[in-house]
Amino acid sequence: MSDRGAVDSLLQRAAPGRAEFEDLVIVPLFAVAVALILGALTMLATGVDMATIGRSYVALLQGSVGSLGALSETLTAAVPLVLAALGLALGFRTGLFNIGAEGQLLMGGLAAVIFGFSFPGLPFPVLMPLCLLAGALTGALYAAIAGYLRAATGAHEVISTIMLNLISYRLLDWMLSLDWVQREGRSDPVSRSVPPNAELPRLLDWLDPNLRVHAGIFLMLLAVWAVHWLLFRSKLGFEFRASGANPDAARYAGIRASLVIVLAMALAGALAGLAGANQVLGVLGRATPGFSAGIGFDAIAVALLGRSHPVGVLFAGLLFGALEAGGRQMQVDAGVSIDLIGIIQALIIVFIAAPLLVRAIFPWGFRRRDKGGAR
Amino acid sequence: MDVELRGITKRFGPVIANEAVDLVAKGGEVLGLLGENGAGKSTLMNVLCGLYRPDEGEIVIDGRTVAFAGPGDAIAAGIGMVHQHFMLVPVFTVAENVVLGVEPVAALNRLDLAAARAKVREIGETYGLTVDPDARIEDLPVGVQQRVEILKVLFRSARVLIFDEPTAVLTPQEVEEFFQIVRALRDDGKAIIFITHKLMEILEIADRVSVLRAGRIVGGGDPGAMSRAELAEIMVGRPVRFEVERTAFTPGAPRLEVAGLTVLHDTGEVAVDGVSLTVHAGEVLGIAGVQGNGQTALIEAITGLRPAVTGRILFDGQDITDASPRARHAMGMAHIPEDRQRMGLVTDFTVAENMVLDSYYSDRFSNGPAMDWRAVNRWAAEAAEAFDVRTPTVFAQAGHLSGGNQQKLIVARELMRDTKLVIAAQPTRGLDVGSIEYIHARLMAARAEGDGVLIMSSELDEILSLADRIVVMFKGRIVAEFDASAAPPDKAAVGLAMAGAAP
Amino acid sequence: MTAIDPRAPAVADLGALRRKRGTGAALIVLAGVILLLFGDAAGDATFRLSRPRDAWVLGDLIVPALPVIQIAAALTAFLGARQFLRGGGRWTTLSLGVGLALFVMAFLVWATAGKAFSLTGMLQATMVRAVPIALGGLAATLCERVAVVNIAVEGMLLAGAFTGALMGSVIGGWGGLVSAVAVGGVFGFLLAALVVTYRMDQIIAGVVINLFVLGLTSYVSSQVFAEMRHLNNAPVFRSWKIPVLGDIPVIGPMLFDQNIFVYGALVMVAVSTYYLFHTAHGLRARAVGEHPRAADTLGIDVYRTRYIHVTLGGMVAGFGGAWFTLGSVGRFDENMTGGRGFIGLAAMIFGRWHPVGALMAALVFGFTDSLQQKLALLQTPIPSEFLAMAPYIATIVVVAGLVGRARPPAADGKPYVKD
Repeated sequence: MSDRGAVDSLLQRAAPGRAEFEDLVIVPLFAVAVALILGALTMLATGVDMATIGRSYVALLQGSVGSLGALSETLTAAVPLVLAALGLALGFRTGLFNIGAEGQLLMGGLAAVIFGFSFPGLPFPVLMPLCLLAGALTGALYAAIAGYLRAATGAHEVISTIMLNLISYRLLDWMLSLDWVQREGRSDPVSRSVPPNAELPRLLDWLDPNLRVHAGIFLMLLAVWAVHWLLFRSKLGFEFRASGANPDAARYAGIRASLVIVLAMALAGALAGLAGANQVLGVLGRATPGFSAGIGFDAIAVALLGRSHPVGVLFAGLLFGALEAGGRQMQVDAGVSIDLIGIIQALIIVFIAAPLLVRAIFPWGFRRRDKGGAR
Repeated sequence: MDVELRGITKRFGPVIANEAVDLVAKGGEVLGLLGENGAGKSTLMNVLCGLYRPDEGEIVIDGRTVAFAGPGDAIAAGIGMVHQHFMLVPVFTVAENVVLGVEPVAALNRLDLAAARAKVREIGETYGLTVDPDARIEDLPVGVQQRVEILKVLFRSARVLIFDEPTAVLTPQEVEEFFQIVRALRDDGKAIIFITHKLMEILEIADRVSVLRAGRIVGGGDPGAMSRAELAEIMVGRPVRFEVERTAFTPGAPRLEVAGLTVLHDTGEVAVDGVSLTVHAGEVLGIAGVQGNGQTALIEAITGLRPAVTGRILFDGQDITDASPRARHAMGMAHIPEDRQRMGLVTDFTVAENMVLDSYYSDRFSNGPAMDWRAVNRWAAEAAEAFDVRTPTVFAQAGHLSGGNQQKLIVARELMRDTKLVIAAQPTRGLDVGSIEYIHARLMAARAEGDGVLIMSSELDEILSLADRIVVMFKGRIVAEFDASAAPPDKAAVGLAMAGAAP
Repeated sequence: MTAIDPRAPAVADLGALRRKRGTGAALIVLAGVILLLFGDAAGDATFRLSRPRDAWVLGDLIVPALPVIQIAAALTAFLGARQFLRGGGRWTTLSLGVGLALFVMAFLVWATAGKAFSLTGMLQATMVRAVPIALGGLAATLCERVAVVNIAVEGMLLAGAFTGALMGSVIGGWGGLVSAVAVGGVFGFLLAALVVTYRMDQIIAGVVINLFVLGLTSYVSSQVFAEMRHLNNAPVFRSWKIPVLGDIPVIGPMLFDQNIFVYGALVMVAVSTYYLFHTAHGLRARAVGEHPRAADTLGIDVYRTRYIHVTLGGMVAGFGGAWFTLGSVGRFDENMTGGRGFIGLAAMIFGRWHPVGALMAALVFGFTDSLQQKLALLQTPIPSEFLAMAPYIATIVVVAGLVGRARPPAADGKPYVKD
């Protein structure tokens, strides 16, 4: 019925062009460089002298990749960021702007802690996975509230997830003051500790007990693979992406929009909950008010920086993890507040999310873009 | 007032929309600007009304060269355009829309709508354009909305009036009324530029014609001295068949039966009010009607995208009233949706992904929960080849294809399988003649294979040339039915029904 | 095309029927909840209507707690039954509103039973706490009326608060106020530049500005303020009582015995209502929000209009942000706006994109907010964390309940691309 050669030529994949390379490599590099420069200017403006600025950026580098310990810290910081950001990326691909990773993370982490200290007698191979599962499920349920509201009433998830974040802080405070959650003999809001057989095992403590990198990195890599498979290889992923790119066309194709929204939100919440569980089981060992430390918000940046692609998210998460770990070193060595990292992160996203802006600032770095123009 | 375009060239990136176009419009004359969809007519007029700046060439008004920095300058120079898609704010009143941008104000910048209302009435009486100045635009029928657009232009004292495809949304009777208004304006000394791709309109209204093809002026002259076929050949660049080739009409058993169907809008108002109709195998049923009379909701109900409040829908005798779109698809219903960009395609997806948009879940394209991309791509390439979808590869983004190729992609997706019933809504809107001919031929082929074909179009000519039977919808009801199996029915009679006159 | 033919008769409005029934049932349930939760009240509830130093002193309002609660429950149940059987149309919203008001009243009476509670004080606090929310909502309204979604209201409030504290400490209260407005305007301009000129996604741009302001203010606050406390010690605008009007019982303290932020908010709401709905420029602005292309064809500069209004919105938010420091504590703390900007967005939706509506909605939020503060004093058995959640839960309920019925500007959130 059809010409074989013509069909085959339609199946030829084009090699990735210069435009893709610019988008995936050059723009992010420019973004990071400009953000660091603007960060330096910020320090200058607040009376930090040049020598200290230099020292702080050296510390940033040393603290992130300068030693085995630094690498361990970078990885430890990257794991929850990547996990939560994968969930957010899943949401973005489905057209859902989930700001609520912070709250989902808190609820998931709290659930993992409670499950852990409630069943201290279970053996490690049972208890640890169940704790993770408890975190994921709780995060999923908490996120599904916003998903359900969006699907059933059209309430925009941006507002509802922000409110759920604020509610989660109060809920956590209240839970931590309950008799059966609060650590015995403490009047401040601290939960009981996770039993050792629920903890994510550390990987390198046989080398040096200070190396905190733990089994969470396997969880992270597994999640990257799983989300990639889900988005690009599965039927469900096709439905997610179609709903995100064109909800009307998805409806036309017989995809049930409400189901997709609730499911995507729940999956995003599960990943954020997993990130929370990872923190309490791998790093903190207990829950305290605000133990999420803004990871849920940084994850938004990570997901945007990674262009909502699982592999991109992995690299973006490693970068942000490095900034986080290096920032702590910076605070110690140079006495520059770690809040500077927040500024740098925000600037990176601005430049990533507005490629037109980067092209306007560095016109010489890019080819002019006329689609299909002269080669 | 005379307006002259000299050597206008307008490019969008590498695409040349207009190339060295010369055009003259004189006061007291109707200039017909003829060209098929995508020939560059609207771009040219957007240059004239200041929305686009030309890359080369100049605009000369009464012998003086002018340069427009924006639409405001063009308006000040006396140029007014009635756009194809009305530029009216739906939630504003008529008076508010008319004065927008040139508002009469009292102290403290306070809007003085009383003055505006008086002027709207005055202009209305001069040209027979009666409209209630306090009515909200969204409450007005399209024909009246067009009057508001004309009022808007006249309120700004325009002396050159550009009409971009003005008859697309009107009934034949409304077209007649509209032509009366155009003649009154011309006789008042205004220069009129009338943009259309409809040959008959040029022959009827234009005093002079210029034909645009692929961005260039390719001919023109006195329409009185030209025939329809001549004009068509200049416009398309080759001889055009006006008749669609069709096999003998041999209707079979009913494919689709709709009985007493009532459907609501999202707002809760009744969109389709007790409609009954039947489409037989091997038959083309055309639904005619002015846009917004419930056709869209009817199509959505038949394809499962909108619930039926009352009534039944049968497909091959089986009740599908509550069946999902997917179930209907599986039974052999094909749906070419009304708005290809909004509903028919995911423009960010590849051609291959779009080819399986409504069948990705089937066993052919998936293994359990996973997609079988190899099968998808293979099939998409075959479908693109079979339906003449011009794309470099099946991995190209669908949004980068031309309108005609996008529509062919949809037709390929819907028809390249065993179908029994084809629902086609506005299947050729905005396409070039070549694509229109191709899609019409494909629909006729489906009919010849024994499919039932339901075509909804606001282009009455399309319905007349394709349908074996025509029903007319007005205010959610079917108000007339015409047999067209032997010869096309009287266009005026169909037009009257579209306007709601009882047959 | 989904053009609506309004002339078609509405023979069956299923949606309205379902809503009517749903509301009726909800009200009956609410009545039950009132009895169940508050049925254990005993004694009298005393509401103070005047403060001791007021010019005209009204007597206390003393009500017997249990009977009042029972009457409230009965009224709610009656409304519910009426709604269920034959309500509809405007009654639906009205009944729901009255029902919720009765619930709040019953709750107040229950919480106050056997104690005394200053109603005037709470209304005054309501107004004060409504100010940042109302200004945030007004800022968002100005932006969304020209179709720019402004999630960055939160960050602009925070920037205003920070600038108010810093500049207020350096050059005094008025200087601080003007600087806060200017900095808010700068961030408004920045948002406009990102979304209008650089076509960044509006929500991402808003989120980024929020993150950036949070990072910057936290950085300076920990890097600089921690050592140089004199930079974070601004004077506070005291309340200024308008003669005569301020002496009216109940209303006077609420509206006419306040500081400049309350008066400023009221004036801005009035001015922007006049501007948006009664002037030529307001008409153009709304046209840009509804149908930018139409506005463009008429010579209205869409980009410029968006820049101006988003910048103005930023300035309003900057003023609102200064409330946190110059209007209350005189000192900046990290992230001290605590989501008020987002609640302001909800107030905008609740208020149907109308400045007065946003103010009314802000008063509702201000009421829950001040209720939480005052109830802490009454020592109710409800954990304070739950009371603190009340405004957030109210926001979710409002957004979920009203969306779809309120209509945003048609082009809201969509970038306008000329070519």
